[in-house]
Amino acid sequence: MTTKQTTFRKEIYQRAVIESFLKLNPRWMVRNPVMFVVEVGSVLATVLWIQALLSRGETPAGFVGAIALWLWFTVLFANFSEAVAEGRGKAQAESLRKAKQDTPAKRVAGLQVESLQAEGANVKHEIVSSTALRKDDLYLVVAGDILPADGEIVAGIASVDESAVTGESAPVVREAGGDRSAVTGGTRLLSDWLIVKVSADPGFGFLDRMINMVEGAKRQKTPNEIALNILLAGFTIIFLVVCATLLPYSLYSVSVAGQGTAITITVLIALLICLIPTTIGGLLSAIGIAGMDRMIQRNVIAMSGRAVEAAGDVDVLLLDKTGTITLGNRQAVEFIPVNGVTAQELAECAQLASLADETPEGRSIVVLAKEKFGLRGQTMEKMRFVPFTAQTRMSGVDFPSSPLLAGEGQGGEVVSIRKGAPDTMLELIQANGNANASDLKLTIDSIARTGGTPLAVTRNGKALGVIHLKDIVKGGMKERFMHLRKMGIKTVMITGDNPLTAAAIAAEAGVDDFLAQATPEAKLKLIREYQTGGRLVAMTGDGTNDAPALAQADVAVAMNTGTQPAREAANMVDLDSNPTKLIEIVEIGKQLLMTRGSLTTFSIANDVAKYFAIIPAAFASTYPVLNSLNFMRLATPESAILSAVIFNALIIVALIPLALRGVPYRAVGAAQLLRDNLLIYGLGGLIAPFIGIKLIDMLLVGLA
Amino acid sequence: MNIYDWIQPIFYITVLLLLAKPLGSYMARVYQNERLFLDPILAPVERFIYRASGIDSKSEMTWKTYALAMFLFNILGLLFVYLLQRVQGFLPLNPQGLGAITPDSSWNTAVSFITNTNWQGYSGETTMSCFTQMLGLTVQNFVSAATGMAVLVALIRGIIRHTTKEIGNFWVDLTKSTLYILLPLSLVVALALVSQGVVQTFSEYQTVSMLQGTTDADGNAVTEQVIAVGPAASQVAIKQLGTNGGGFFNVNSAHPLENSTPLSNFIEMLSLLLIPVALCYTYGKMIGDTKQGWALLTAMTIIFVALIGVAVWAEHAGNPAIQALGVVGGNMEGKEARFGITTSALWATATTAVSNGAVNSMLDSFTPLGGLVPMWLMQLGEIIYGGVGSGLYGMLAFVIIAVFIAGLMVGRTPEYLGKKIEAYEMKMASIVILVPLVTVLVGTAIALMSEAGRATIYNPSAHGFSEVLYAFTSTAANNGSAFAGLGANNPFYNTALGLAMLLARYWLAIPILAIAGSLANKKKIPVGSGTLPTHTPLFIGWLIGVIVIVGALSYLPALALGPIVEHLLMFK
Repeated sequence: MTTKQTTFRKEIYQRAVIESFLKLNPRWMVRNPVMFVVEVGSVLATVLWIQALLSRGETPAGFVGAIALWLWFTVLFANFSEAVAEGRGKAQAESLRKAKQDTPAKRVAGLQVESLQAEGANVKHEIVSSTALRKDDLYLVVAGDILPADGEIVAGIASVDESAVTGESAPVVREAGGDRSAVTGGTRLLSDWLIVKVSADPGFGFLDRMINMVEGAKRQKTPNEIALNILLAGFTIIFLVVCATLLPYSLYSVSVAGQGTAITITVLIALLICLIPTTIGGLLSAIGIAGMDRMIQRNVIAMSGRAVEAAGDVDVLLLDKTGTITLGNRQAVEFIPVNGVTAQELAECAQLASLADETPEGRSIVVLAKEKFGLRGQTMEKMRFVPFTAQTRMSGVDFPSSPLLAGEGQGGEVVSIRKGAPDTMLELIQANGNANASDLKLTIDSIARTGGTPLAVTRNGKALGVIHLKDIVKGGMKERFMHLRKMGIKTVMITGDNPLTAAAIAAEAGVDDFLAQATPEAKLKLIREYQTGGRLVAMTGDGTNDAPALAQADVAVAMNTGTQPAREAANMVDLDSNPTKLIEIVEIGKQLLMTRGSLTTFSIANDVAKYFAIIPAAFASTYPVLNSLNFMRLATPESAILSAVIFNALIIVALIPLALRGVPYRAVGAAQLLRDNLLIYGLGGLIAPFIGIKLIDMLLVGLA
Repeated sequence: MNIYDWIQPIFYITVLLLLAKPLGSYMARVYQNERLFLDPILAPVERFIYRASGIDSKSEMTWKTYALAMFLFNILGLLFVYLLQRVQGFLPLNPQGLGAITPDSSWNTAVSFITNTNWQGYSGETTMSCFTQMLGLTVQNFVSAATGMAVLVALIRGIIRHTTKEIGNFWVDLTKSTLYILLPLSLVVALALVSQGVVQTFSEYQTVSMLQGTTDADGNAVTEQVIAVGPAASQVAIKQLGTNGGGFFNVNSAHPLENSTPLSNFIEMLSLLLIPVALCYTYGKMIGDTKQGWALLTAMTIIFVALIGVAVWAEHAGNPAIQALGVVGGNMEGKEARFGITTSALWATATTAVSNGAVNSMLDSFTPLGGLVPMWLMQLGEIIYGGVGSGLYGMLAFVIIAVFIAGLMVGRTPEYLGKKIEAYEMKMASIVILVPLVTVLVGTAIALMSEAGRATIYNPSAHGFSEVLYAFTSTAANNGSAFAGLGANNPFYNTALGLAMLLARYWLAIPILAIAGSLANKKKIPVGSGTLPTHTPLFIGWLIGVIVIVGALSYLPALALGPIVEHLLMFK
């Protein structure tokens, strides 16, 4: 650990100590019913102690004082755990805030996009404060400026230093249109210029939301947390009744036994605090914050605790093939001509059709054509490029034919070259009345069967041949999917490929299912189908066309490099833009629930020992025979009760690291997880306090 | 203990478990509207009932309507039984010319019978006319049991169904439970009992000459004895089967005309647990996974067998103070010589395991631990088999809590049988567990603090404390057995215990129906390897752990001042 980290830690702890006192404010405490009861108990015990000091009390002041002191410690320890958990987030929020300082902004008066494009950095603007920017305003940034607000780039291309948000120092390229058009306020422009349309009013930007989340200031209780709180409140009421009714029982017993004194209020308070689930009650909020924090440590910003919790419940993972399952992108590896066309002719046309195609696949086609046939990509005037869209699922180029280029005709007529997914291309071929595509189909199928991706190329609606694109499945994916299957999670690969290709890759990667030829509508439909079947769906996405599916999914992780709509629709943003992170997110969600469950079990199991410590002590004066229940042979009634109270307080401190780290999750079946956790936290919770209380008792006797 | 003391409980439990499947599947058929061999006789009757009372048997209810119907039906029953007792002097079938019963006792008895508790502050043969017994009490014996079964069936529907608001029709469930299950079974049991000599007659009480004369308190010679008789067998049958427990005679099944032979005793004991045990199988059958039903039955049986062990052992061990006087053997005080120690202890455990409360021996005279067992079984929440219907739905509330904590431990939002357990279910399940506990503890505290409560504690000692605790435990568990030794037929206890019975019955049934409604409205989640299995030995063990720690340890401080200290003092 470096010195810097150590001081960072020290700072967190110092601040947490102060915070734990500030959090004693009853208005804050009342949010947590269990610990609120402890606080009320502490106040009562303190009053009793003062009464005892004035020698009007029921018990020796020393004993009451010690109980009161340790009850206060119980509350403080619980507050401390919460404060420590918040500490990390606060530190991070502070550095984020620094990035968010009020910056001057160059506001641009509303102009047409075309003219903005033309004027670029010279556009007319006025300098205003960043807080004056409103949604849909336009602003200009030039190299060296801090971006004043979140937004969508409308014009320009530039490199941006996003390290303030992501912690990643390598600059990223941002440009208008496409999937990399979103920018975040607080980041710095390194080169060129951008004109940006503001997407959020001040205070509602991405950074603001992030600060809120990491600080936990607007932390809402999650559904499971609410349910658990109800259960804990139920237990608290049970024990409240158990302890409150013990006073009349004890009074009656004293009167009929004719000896001893009734149970004192101090002992009743001590018993109550020991019995109510203070361990889980005290650590509950720390567990939730720490879960969020573990997300942040992995560079994932969850927009709500609810999303983190839902991640643990996910049973279907929709994974994009590209970048997640396969390495990078498909590469063109072969040109296979059909119908007597030469390979060179096919390569030539494929290259022309791909000139404007900036996707990695498109570029790889250009590169392959150059490598194999020495063809240089050349742009001609009058070329009209047809861009790829998710609906047409093809791209290409139209240009007037010329003798320079291989092709039909001798000038004048328009040559139109298209490349695209085989099924759309086959439709195109058929639409042009060229029914003879059997050769093409055969080639397509043979490529698809090997897991490759065929791209058909046509000229004027006639088949020329197929480009063979190949996917490379990432190493270790098969094992990860097997892990997920053990966790009870089904993996579905989403791809635009045809079913045959998809099946081959799915088999190679070991996913459970796949959605081939996925359109945004098909994705949305698939998610809805799973949800109707009662399943919880998680997915990642970055493009604007992913936004509807992201909004529908229960856990939606947007890549930070993604578009603004994608980031808006998602409930988590991965700053590293790493699609495989979904698996870690699921694990963090599960850990969060497991930690709560395990500590609840521990807390309840602890009660057994506490009963046996306090009950004989409480009634010893009335019924001395009850001392045979004192299995632990605790020295005196006072030491027994005090030991139980001290144990109860110290166990909170002892479990803070576990609460922050989380109960480790292993991808084994639910039955085995339950067995292991029951053994550790159930049986452990049963035995630990017997040993702990006995040790503290021995220590107390030794000290006295 | 001799070999028969071992064989008897083993034989009893074996027969019981063997009957679970046949009766359980029959009941599942009843509720699933499948064809039954009794259809030719009973189906016309059923149709007639619906037609006569204007019930559309096809229409279904939301949980709120269901709960309202259940509650109104029971409240009307309460009023009817109350009035019947108040005016029985003017009504027929009253051979002894018994007069009106006091308002507080009438209230207590009415509540007691509609809530399936059958706590009896009165002495049957000297208080109730045959008319009241038959039209008031016996009718409620049937319908209060059927109410419990109806609520259970509604809960089961909530688990099976998805994305609907309807959980069945209360009137249909009530009619079917009574007509197809309780009536035929009662008929069989009643005939069997009559064959053993249990009395069934409308004739007047018989006066007979005593074999051995005696003298009364004033020294006058007494040579004749009045033997109370009446339509006992029919009431005894349903009292045992419907987990009611209200005896025809004051001494309940210790009375030779209510329980005449070892065989009649065995039949009655079998009837105690029969339906609650079989309902576990019905449950499994109806949810389409019998393993789940067996799992719950196993959890219940493990606790039951362990506690039989404690009770039988404690009674055989007897009281060292009495043994010091030269009396050899176990504790025979308050037990019928006809039945002996094992049978009495076995009965006591069984009658409190289910919320029956019929007795064949004096529980007040049991050893402290022998008496602790019945009390603790009730304090568990009457879920170790429990009342007909009510036992299983109470158990399911514990299952929900066990599933919730265990579900979190495996890292998923907890789910049971494909239904998510969320805040609403936790709220309702917490109420189910909280209400009886609060009723018992607060009720006991009030009794001990008030002059009226303390006045009729005839044994002011740790045992007196046990008696008061037992009275509130028994009523709040809707059991009805008594520790006696406590004068409970007075305005204070009649009122307080009546309230305890009402609170515990409906504050369990209504939240359970709320859970049924909420579960029915949820989506069903398919089972995967991440799903927590709820039929494994591990889960059964966990469930037992939750029941013991949550349901029972809460009573430890109170028990420490009662039976536990009594036990320790006995050996001092």
